[in-house]
Amino acid sequence: MLNKVRAWVEDRTGLESGINHFLNEDIPASSGWHQVFGSMALFMFLVQVFTGIMMALNYAPTTAEAHSSLRYILTELTAGRLMRGLHHWGASMMICIVVLHMLQVFLWGAYKKPREATWMLGVVLLLLTLGFGLTGYLLPWDNRAYWGTVVTTQIAAKAPMMGPYILTLLGSEDGQIGSVTFARFYAAHVLILPAVTALLIFLHVYLVRRHGVAPAPVETAPPIKFYPRQVFKDTVAIFGMFALLFVLAVAVRVPLGKLADPNDVSYIPRPEWYFLFLFQILKYFEGPLEIVGSMILPGLAVLLLFLTPFIDRGKAIALRQRTGAIGVLLLALIGWGGLTAAALSTTPHRDPWKGFTAEEMAAIGTFRQSDCWKCHATTPGESRTGPNLADIAVLRDRDWLVKHFKDASGEAGKAVKDLQWRRLATFLPKLDDENVESLHRAPQTMVAGAMVYQQNNCGACHVINGAGMKSGPPLNGVAKRWDRKWMEEHFIDPESKSPGTIMPAYKFSPADMTAMLDYMMSLTD
Amino acid sequence: MKSPSPEEPRRGFLIASINGLMGLITAALALPSAGYLLGGSKAKRPADWVPAGDLAKLEENVPEQIVFERVRRDGWKTVKEKASAWMVKTSDKEVVAFSPVCTHLGCAVSWDTSAKTFACPCHTSSFGTDGKVLAGPAPRSLDRFAVKMDGSTILLGEIRQADKA
Repeated sequence: MLNKVRAWVEDRTGLESGINHFLNEDIPASSGWHQVFGSMALFMFLVQVFTGIMMALNYAPTTAEAHSSLRYILTELTAGRLMRGLHHWGASMMICIVVLHMLQVFLWGAYKKPREATWMLGVVLLLLTLGFGLTGYLLPWDNRAYWGTVVTTQIAAKAPMMGPYILTLLGSEDGQIGSVTFARFYAAHVLILPAVTALLIFLHVYLVRRHGVAPAPVETAPPIKFYPRQVFKDTVAIFGMFALLFVLAVAVRVPLGKLADPNDVSYIPRPEWYFLFLFQILKYFEGPLEIVGSMILPGLAVLLLFLTPFIDRGKAIALRQRTGAIGVLLLALIGWGGLTAAALSTTPHRDPWKGFTAEEMAAIGTFRQSDCWKCHATTPGESRTGPNLADIAVLRDRDWLVKHFKDASGEAGKAVKDLQWRRLATFLPKLDDENVESLHRAPQTMVAGAMVYQQNNCGACHVINGAGMKSGPPLNGVAKRWDRKWMEEHFIDPESKSPGTIMPAYKFSPADMTAMLDYMMSLTD
Repeated sequence: MKSPSPEEPRRGFLIASINGLMGLITAALALPSAGYLLGGSKAKRPADWVPAGDLAKLEENVPEQIVFERVRRDGWKTVKEKASAWMVKTSDKEVVAFSPVCTHLGCAVSWDTSAKTFACPCHTSSFGTDGKVLAGPAPRSLDRFAVKMDGSTILLGEIRQADKA
């Protein structure tokens, strides 16, 4: 019966003989482990398509809901984090594999006549892969996504003459990133790029078949079949890569940051690692020369890459006879590596709690004092009796939380800590992947200082991180204006330091004074 | 995918490895995907009790549709929406609240004042004031809301399936 069905399908479609024809291609006997990268890149593309579809099944592609639907995927769905992890790390891995694939082809001289068109299609595929990274970056719609894309579109806006048109095409007529840009990036990411990429992959593979796998300079043995020897090597390589990807997706959490906030001036935008060299190069060209870094050099590099088979027309394939080509490649790698390293070394590290208001810092204090951490872990993956606050979004509303705090602390019916409970209940739902660990990582002395600050109502006159009243001087960066000793004396007797001040004297206990001063001195601009 | 090639002695091993490794990858993607698509949301929460009308204003054994507001988790959103229930007051202190959804295929049932039945406009199922199926393809009685009284205010909770008709 099964054989009959098989025979019928073969007769009507030629499926089986087609597959056999594909698998039994002759390849040079020298083929081996160095030629696994093309199959790996194709496999990575399929993984991205699959995980992308999985995410799309629970994702709302609008600025209003993208962030909350992704949060839903991450915190409320089984394997949601895994799907996003695979897609996120898969993107980086795909770039690595595509570059390795190109390096191999370059080193083996496989782009030379008659394979020029295969190479050029490959360069276009590289650009498409980068295009996926660029457009996908915006889709989480968190601060990272938003600010990264602001920089990207602003670079495009500076193109001579074309600038305004490119900006309009990107849906950012007025220079702002919003719903239209988001829709365009999404459509490009899930409709245009996959369709074009799939088509070009097909053509690329067709050309590989047309010209055959590139042979070594001297082939001594007769050709072998693609299946199963080379397919086995491809499969082992693919499996190794997939295992690494899976481990990355499980072990390294991809954070979902705060909802995109165009007013958050404290955010430091950085592109994905594979664009860092472009980001860095912009620092060396200022004023009218900027276009050299943003357009001319990258444009030339792409052109050079695209035309490689025509620039390097020598017939030599063996590595030793191509010192010129190898030299250019080494220079390019050093340049890329150097720029990337320079960009990484200048990326500032910012502790998330440094952006919290005093009220939020004090809420951390309440969390610690009330022993919430005995039941609730705040590190991903850790398990305690209560829900892990890093793994599950705090979905309860404020009233529910306040009631829960009172019940759990045995203070039901008492009103003593109402204000503190309400502040904690306001604070917890605002936490996200990037700052939830502040609950245990923020230095205790700063937290204690913030509690003293709250108890003494300092916010009635002063501003910290945007919260408070402005009748007194703002406290961010106060350490630059005064030293610790001056501050201490000012607390004890303000009049002695700034005559005529309306600030009253504060007689803190020694412990409170230390905490308060630590907190004040830690406030950055 | 079989083709004889005698010069390859480890052929069987190679083919088994290819199929095995590809099978592992497929399983590593398929199993989590099944959980992802079939596991539902982890953040289940019981419906809150919501006020829906005043018992004193209802007439005994005369079904009335009461519209109330409830908060529901809709995927990644929490929505405030209008919902309704058919209330049948059975005594001074008791009321039954039927879900207005036909147990056949989910059309909205309404009270037919002349026939004295809850009638479904889709496939002509009909239900009595006790919710039992009187006619049509409906497989079970109308579903009921959990009911709690707060003074004379009716509070509605979860919807529960009634027994099969």
